[in-house]
Amino acid sequence: MSARNLAIALAFLALVTLPFWMPGIYYINVGSQILFYAIFALGLNVLVGYAGLVSLGHAGLFGVAAYATGYMLQLGYGHTEAILVALVIGVASMALYAVLSLRSTGIGFIMITLALGEILWGLAYRWISLTGGDNGINVPTRPAPFGYSLTVPTTFYYVTLIIFVASVVLSAVFVNSPFGASLMGTRDQPRRMNALGYHVWMIRFYACLFSGLLTALSGILFVYYTQFISPQTLSLTSSAEVLLMVISGGPGTLLGPIVGAGLVVVVKNVVSGFIERWNFLLGAIFVAIVILMPEGLVPGTARLWRLAFRKRAKPVKTETPS
Amino acid sequence: MARKFTRRKFMAGTAMGVAAATFKFPAPAIAQAAPFKLGLLTVKTGPLAQGGIQMEQGVVTYLKEKSYTFAGRKVEFISADTGGSPAGTKTKAQELVEREKVDAILGPLAAFELLAITDYIKEQKTPMLSLAGAEDMTQRRPNPYFLRPSATSAQAMHPMADFAAKELKLKKVITISEDFAFGHEQMGGFQQTFEEAGGRIVNKIWPPLVTPDYTPFVAQIADCDGVCQGFAGSNPLRFLKTYAAAGLKFPVVTGETGGDDALLRSFGDEALGMYSCCPYTLDYANDSNKRFVAAMQKDYGIDPGFYAAGLYVAAAVVDAGLQKNNGKSDDKEAFVKALRSVDLKDTPRGQIKFDHFGNVVGDFFIRRVEKVNGKLVNKTLKTYNNVSQFWTYDEKKFLAAPVYSRNYPPLKT
Repeated sequence: MSARNLAIALAFLALVTLPFWMPGIYYINVGSQILFYAIFALGLNVLVGYAGLVSLGHAGLFGVAAYATGYMLQLGYGHTEAILVALVIGVASMALYAVLSLRSTGIGFIMITLALGEILWGLAYRWISLTGGDNGINVPTRPAPFGYSLTVPTTFYYVTLIIFVASVVLSAVFVNSPFGASLMGTRDQPRRMNALGYHVWMIRFYACLFSGLLTALSGILFVYYTQFISPQTLSLTSSAEVLLMVISGGPGTLLGPIVGAGLVVVVKNVVSGFIERWNFLLGAIFVAIVILMPEGLVPGTARLWRLAFRKRAKPVKTETPS
Repeated sequence: MARKFTRRKFMAGTAMGVAAATFKFPAPAIAQAAPFKLGLLTVKTGPLAQGGIQMEQGVVTYLKEKSYTFAGRKVEFISADTGGSPAGTKTKAQELVEREKVDAILGPLAAFELLAITDYIKEQKTPMLSLAGAEDMTQRRPNPYFLRPSATSAQAMHPMADFAAKELKLKKVITISEDFAFGHEQMGGFQQTFEEAGGRIVNKIWPPLVTPDYTPFVAQIADCDGVCQGFAGSNPLRFLKTYAAAGLKFPVVTGETGGDDALLRSFGDEALGMYSCCPYTLDYANDSNKRFVAAMQKDYGIDPGFYAAGLYVAAAVVDAGLQKNNGKSDDKEAFVKALRSVDLKDTPRGQIKFDHFGNVVGDFFIRRVEKVNGKLVNKTLKTYNNVSQFWTYDEKKFLAAPVYSRNYPPLKT
């Protein structure tokens, strides 16, 4: 596994020094976007990868946190209050989501989260006195913690990076804890877990809350990044996009969603400047991933790596998640 | 691809610039060699794509006509697809400003895209010329780097209401439009002028932007003698089909998006007799319009509408502004000042100039849909000259009132 650690160390180093070797502000901003979308994908991955619960309504939660921030600022509150309230509202909405949707799993769960996401989208779109409807809410300023104004792209990038690293560490702790093990247990053998005395529903509920926390964090970063929020952000397309990040990168791995977020953001924002039919390209990439690496980019690459370099060694126990 | 071509040209231009700098040519020579970078924010994917693609065609038509040269400077044109989402617009605006370092931006298309980037544009001091409606961009929340060479949402509706009350003698009108700012502002402008001229708005109906079936909304139209619709995109087509299918015969009046010339080929006989007011009309008889229409028909095989003409004119304004500023665009403040002082006599929509908010003052045309040789055409009936965004109102009083909205002016009961 040293190759893996080396790769992670190199990637981390690259991220920390990114503003120094990137050719311009534009690319630093793309970097910030990749990072907060990666947090979003990590949040969804807690459910999709570790709990086996596929949610198609996460953009709704993402948007709720963003709207809460925007609305609080519009009411005249400071950034600290706005962020705290947005986090609370984001997690509370997730709790509500969970109470309603955890009544079922599998397709039922997908459909309920889809419906909830659409309800939130509808509210954002039609509750005009609160959300401004299609005109959205403008966020005129970015906060300036400890005197560092986030208006500067590089500062914004580093703050996003700090929150990103914290999220990754938090996710790693979460997954490797006994609680994480029990969550994966509910994914693979819910009835046996139940027989062993675990409260399956409660475990899933806590996992949902953690997912909601990461989603709300990324939603707040998003609204400060674009300084604008409108109903499109909550649409089904956005939910599908983040789900694609998780699935293409590798659900049930920590690195997968991050790589997936990078892939989607780069194709959507950078490659689209060169290729007009970037939607098609993104689709083609996903088809290729599904055919060549159905388990996702990160586990798939690891498998190919093992095939190439460890052929004559003892067969390694693969621990690819289902 | 055209893009690759221009990129290579840009590289060549930069190389020349660098060479010129190295060999210590006089300073003006460098300014001459540097290409002028013109960015376009448009929508090429998704439901708004039809108008967005016409926008790009309009710009390219103008650039071709001028052989990609403004005021002696080569023009490098960079088009970016926002996907019709505010977040996408922000990213693409950053791409144009921070990566491509454009000298001016044309677009975006929709009001919500514009609102998402207005603060950013102000910060970056990049001149932007858009055809999005959002009234307050040139009224209560002006942006010094913004110009609107097309029209505000209500600018065409004031004359339309005047015409409807005075010439069509309508008394009781029902308005129906999409439930977002562009619709609210159009209908607000119509109501204000129409009621001042003695008419009355008896009901306002607001279907959402994405409405699969207009039947329940059309069913509410009754007890009136005219209908004012403010739909955009392809919605006017679906609305009028439902309207005609319901057997309704009240005259319909509309603005630039509801009666756009580019829509006529998709309309059927249900559109006959519809009145519209638009800052551009296909049958405008001057040389510059004939040239523009011929070029659009030759290159793309379509009749241009409001979107293509709007961007053609916007490109002409950039050209004229650059000439006024002696080909210099480095000092953004001087450049935007030159752009705003542009006074063009000969554009496809006639003479235009700008007020001190950067909004256009120009002619507006009242047209009626008729059938000529089996083809639907908008026939111009009347031209209102030199219409400003304030119509005949006093600017101070107008700005002191709230912006037109869903509930302003209120419905009189």
